[in-house]
Amino acid sequence: MSRFLIPLGIFVVVLAFLGVGLTLNPRELPSPLVGKPAPNFSLPQLHEKDKVLSSTDLRGQVWLLNFWASWCGGCKEEHPVLIHLAKSGEVPIYGMDYKDRREEALAWLKEWGNPYPLVAVDESGRVGIDYGVYGVPETYVIDKAGVIRYKQIGPLREDVLQTKILPLVRELQSQ
Amino acid sequence: MIPEIGHYALILALCVAVVQGTIPIYGAAVGNSSFMSVAKPAARGQFLLVLLAFCCLGYAFAVKDFSVLYVAATSNSQLPLHYRIAAIWGAHEGSLLLWVFILTIWMVAVSFFSGHLPEAMRARILGVMGLVSVGFLLFMLTVSNPFERLIPAAFDGRDLNPLLQDPGMVIHPPMLYMGYVGFSVAFAFALAALFGGTLDAAWARWSRPWTTVAWCFLTIGVAMGSGWAYYELGWGGWWFWDPVENASFMPWLAGTALIHSLAVTDKRGSFKAWSVLLAILAFSLSLLGTFLVRSGVLTSVHAFATDPKRGLFILVFLAVVIGGSLMLYAWRAPRVGLGGGFSIVSREGMLLANNVLLVAALGSVLLGTLYPLFLDALDLGKISVGPPYFDTVFVPLMTPAIFLMGIGPLAQWKKASLPDLAVRLRWAFGVSVATALVVPILMGHWSPLVSLGLLLALWIATTIAVDLRERLTRTDGSSFMGKLAMLPRAYWGMVIAHFGLALFITGVTMVKGFEVEQDVRMNVGETATLGGYTFRFDGTEQYRGPNYIAARGSIHVSQDGRDVTVMYPEKRRYTVQNQTMTEAAISPGFLRDLYVSLGEPLEGGAWSVRLYHKPFIDWIWGGCLVMAVGGVVAISDRRYRLAWRRKEVEVPAGTQMARQTVS
Repeated sequence: MSRFLIPLGIFVVVLAFLGVGLTLNPRELPSPLVGKPAPNFSLPQLHEKDKVLSSTDLRGQVWLLNFWASWCGGCKEEHPVLIHLAKSGEVPIYGMDYKDRREEALAWLKEWGNPYPLVAVDESGRVGIDYGVYGVPETYVIDKAGVIRYKQIGPLREDVLQTKILPLVRELQSQ
Repeated sequence: MIPEIGHYALILALCVAVVQGTIPIYGAAVGNSSFMSVAKPAARGQFLLVLLAFCCLGYAFAVKDFSVLYVAATSNSQLPLHYRIAAIWGAHEGSLLLWVFILTIWMVAVSFFSGHLPEAMRARILGVMGLVSVGFLLFMLTVSNPFERLIPAAFDGRDLNPLLQDPGMVIHPPMLYMGYVGFSVAFAFALAALFGGTLDAAWARWSRPWTTVAWCFLTIGVAMGSGWAYYELGWGGWWFWDPVENASFMPWLAGTALIHSLAVTDKRGSFKAWSVLLAILAFSLSLLGTFLVRSGVLTSVHAFATDPKRGLFILVFLAVVIGGSLMLYAWRAPRVGLGGGFSIVSREGMLLANNVLLVAALGSVLLGTLYPLFLDALDLGKISVGPPYFDTVFVPLMTPAIFLMGIGPLAQWKKASLPDLAVRLRWAFGVSVATALVVPILMGHWSPLVSLGLLLALWIATTIAVDLRERLTRTDGSSFMGKLAMLPRAYWGMVIAHFGLALFITGVTMVKGFEVEQDVRMNVGETATLGGYTFRFDGTEQYRGPNYIAARGSIHVSQDGRDVTVMYPEKRRYTVQNQTMTEAAISPGFLRDLYVSLGEPLEGGAWSVRLYHKPFIDWIWGGCLVMAVGGVVAISDRRYRLAWRRKEVEVPAGTQMARQTVS
């Protein structure tokens, strides 16, 4: 009997690993940009297209940069988390509307709510390339000196926010 | 309205599947014939319902109904119709629907071609398949519904991933799934036999054709996937040991081992528990493949969209199906006898050794695929395992397996003599070694791996020749052709499939050993020489496709002053997703492929261009095709045709038994 249990034993071990694997995030790749200065950008704003949002204007504060688009499903998923964070007022989230149409992006924010004080429009995806964006949504934590401290690939989840991003933000703010 | 009908059909199919998965199995346990007879109509009804759902989704794509979330996410109004249809299986939800649809096709096939099986056996087989179907239908209806609405409807769709907009996409996934899901039949046969405690030679005989058919589909499916990567990804590779490729290759290895093990169980009654385990393994690996692709635990080029909730569902499903069947195995298999004994040097012994090597190769692929996950789970860092690992472990395991493959068919059952085999095969061995040593030298470049590869391919071919000659001298027949026709089709199937492997190995060896590539900057009118061919770049022109804008290059190829061909590689930009695709131009040939792809535009109309000369590469896929043909020939063997015919004339049970023992 016992040797006929071997396949079952092996399977249970594999299953355990697969289970643990599910709780991990293979997309949490170490980004080469973490620890490097955030690439500068100067782009038209979403709401007032004659005005420009420039990364140098944001120096001196800790801020989040969130790449999103109205066509992106994952952005809808993380949206309540962003709104919640924006209401708490703990850290400003600047939006980067990535490869999107202006009217649709505006309609999207109007319908679901706007967590961003300002949104820049990266219509060509040029800034996305500078930042090494794999796909939207992606979120960067940028410190007072304009250095990228953390990168989240994929939707921002409440638990990641509470356990990783907010502690990091508080630490950076106190520096 | 139509999508709701599809959704409703899926719910009904789930109800039918629950009935099919419980009542017939219960009926078989208590010996109630009317309960058992529920299986057939339930299987057919389920097929019709899933077919209806499938058509509804197809209709939504055809009429561009962007109020269906899945349609909006994977198609676009400018996408041509055939790609809109193929988009049904272009992403997660739809490929699950395809999975279930194919499962029901196999069920219907079983319900029609199982007339010769005892009723309890058929009831259990269809019952097990019904249970598998319950899992997948539940999965779809809870977390991956393809009919989910998008309110308000999207103005236009997000388009199908440009990588998937290729004729290969229309046919590759259905083929692959026919293979994957086809192993569910062998799996259901194995479980039915374990339930019923009737694990005997007859069980193996019934399982064999089903396994072989599924294996043929899988062979073609995997080969097509590889061919697709070759011409679509634009840099000439044909196998990347990517997790998703491995996910299709592992069931193939298990299926190959199963085919051989079933042959022994059928002929000699041995390896029963082993065959059952392989049947469970082959299907489990198909399910594991689905888990790996769909849950996002591994990063892969194929894992387009992932969702942890779905991963959890599949994990639980895996635990129930595989864990349950392995428990059943641990409980029931010890009672199965061992069958006839045999010495180590015998056909059984060699098939066993081959099986062990195949499973070891399978284990090493599985390890390489899951290793990054294991390390990550143990918090030891993130790594990825690449081709160097697989090449290093795979070749040493396959070399002895292929060596045995040459000897096995010539060895006697039960007990064979080594000296006798050595004498019979000495010419085959001599010719193979000599040719393998000389050919690479004649081609101008000798390396040990090239010689090894050629040796293995030649060894298969020459041992087949020896075996054929011996069998023909033993066969009565007036003419040579008459004698050839006397040999059973099952034997021909084996010969053809083995020969296909020889072609495959030749292709792999020649490409790895002799391919040349060049990255060049080409101005208009400039030429480059590679592999004896001269390539002249004649510039590019812009044109518009249905949903993309392309630059099409024109490259004139000549050899020794003679024109060979003109090649048109393209660089396309798909407008909806704003994604750039490289469409390589390939000039295929029996002995070589020329492969040209455009890199980046440079100033003054110049381009960076990649040129490849790939000798014998089409033999890789040709070999796979020949293997699959071998499988088809094997199942056309007389004894299977007799089995169908026996069913039609409804001979009395007594004579049937007698005839079965004769055949």
